[in-house]
Amino acid sequence: MSEVPNELKYCSSHEWVSSVDDGVVTIGITDHAQDQLGDLVFVELPEVGQALELKGECAVVESVKAASDVYSPVSGEVAEINEALMDSPELVNDDPYGDGWLFKIRLANEAELDNLLDADGYRAAADA
Amino acid sequence: MPFIPHTEDDVREMLATIGAPDIEALFDEIPAALRCGKLKKLPQAMSEMEVAGLMSARADQDGQPVCFIGAGAYDHHIPAAVWQLASRGEFYTAYTPYQAEASQGTLQVLYEFQSMMVALTGMDVSNASLYDGATALAEAVLMAVRANRKSKSRRILMPRSLHPAYRRVVQAMVESQGIELVELPFDPTGGHTDPATLTAFDGQDIAALVIPQPNYFGVLEEVDALTNWAHANKALAIAVVNPVALAVLNPPGEWGEQGADICCGEGQPLGAPLSSGGPYFGFMCCKQLLVRQMPGRIAGCTRDLEGKVGYTLTLQAREQHIRRSKATSNICTNQGLMATAATIHMALLGSDGLERVAAACHANTQKLTQKLTSIEGVEPLFNRPVFHEQVLRLPISADGVLDQLSAMDVLGGLDLSRDYPELGDAILVCATEKRVEAEMDDFQQKLKMILTC
Repeated sequence: MSEVPNELKYCSSHEWVSSVDDGVVTIGITDHAQDQLGDLVFVELPEVGQALELKGECAVVESVKAASDVYSPVSGEVAEINEALMDSPELVNDDPYGDGWLFKIRLANEAELDNLLDADGYRAAADA
Repeated sequence: MPFIPHTEDDVREMLATIGAPDIEALFDEIPAALRCGKLKKLPQAMSEMEVAGLMSARADQDGQPVCFIGAGAYDHHIPAAVWQLASRGEFYTAYTPYQAEASQGTLQVLYEFQSMMVALTGMDVSNASLYDGATALAEAVLMAVRANRKSKSRRILMPRSLHPAYRRVVQAMVESQGIELVELPFDPTGGHTDPATLTAFDGQDIAALVIPQPNYFGVLEEVDALTNWAHANKALAIAVVNPVALAVLNPPGEWGEQGADICCGEGQPLGAPLSSGGPYFGFMCCKQLLVRQMPGRIAGCTRDLEGKVGYTLTLQAREQHIRRSKATSNICTNQGLMATAATIHMALLGSDGLERVAAACHANTQKLTQKLTSIEGVEPLFNRPVFHEQVLRLPISADGVLDQLSAMDVLGGLDLSRDYPELGDAILVCATEKRVEAEMDDFQQKLKMILTC
């Protein structure tokens, strides 16, 4: 089984969400997701300042075999994007929970975090 | 490798393997009400001899008129080698074969085609061709709306000087997607889109500006100013160009400060015969930055495990067979045979040859204009430079004049009154490199005769 850090929260659509830091969370895709996609060749990120809806399509991760949508795990406004991915999309493969983060969201509604899966919940969902 | 599909034996064997009694059984799950059934109006089958006879009789009805009509499809000389080579069995198939393991020749031709188109347009990347010029523009508009993330408006500025058929096709293809096409008027004296008319849209949210070069009237647009306006207003610049004209005009990649973002057009002038309207092909090129939003197929060059050069389709992840309804386009193919002919055509002519063709077209059209406007009452409608077409005003209704010319085996231009009633009795004439002095003199005499009697 791929790595699923206990300190993060998850969506069944394979995004992870960091703990809140001053109203902002970091979003990425899980180790399992990057493993399924294979080598990433391109990442299309939202614009800083863009408003994101809960579960709305907000990014695309493209590998040599597929281009998959990333859905926003929470609603809010894009606070920052990982510019390094423009030139080095492979960071998502190499370090999905670290340098391969996708974007940060300023939360509109912190309570939405309670609906996310914990590590065990995601492991069960991803195995299923 | 021949691409002849299954023989009757193959079909029998395959059906036996899967246990289906006949091919019809494979379609059982489609409700009968949705099946069109037998096609009742199809005529009886004919032998090859009968078909050949019928087709030559039909061709005779067309006669052998001398063509002075352009308007989007052009009567250029095609060296005999073009179709001699394009008709070889390796190229001449019902379906463009893309399998890298079996189709290195085809894929290399597409790669060479793309390289030539990039050289001609000054853009970064080209796809392997689209269906025709009009649908290529519709795809370019859809692409611009996807790619321009600074714009939320889905509004496109489209000049009235753009080919009317292109405007209709784009309208038909994008209107159901909530895209608004805003028409820009042309200058009644110059026949071009005056960049000053764009000030009405300064600061507005516009996804893209379409820039034809030359425009439908043959007139050269102020492409640098138009491109700069688009970029200053966060709109993308879509170039619609005649590929032959590019041999003598600035390529879209060099328009204005930053160059056009997307470039498309009709490829017919590069080796496809007029042939009653088709098949032709469209082309599309763009900046590297936008390549992931470009529809269609792209052949790429790579090296295999042994380090040998090889060709394969690339950037397919956003195509329909992978992304389904979220694909960049429903175009998952190209006009392989036409693109092959264009590649051979361009290779035979070379850049010098293509430049000579373009220069000869321009010179012939100047000559023709001079001859025709020496007739009393015939005058050029616009005063700006043209490539190889010219709008002429006639002293009487264009439609009757053209009919009489046609009866004398001269296709003397296109009547503009249907698409541009505001221009009055105007025709659009064209003289490619194929038109010789004697034919132009003949056209002049016949027109003079019609207008004076």
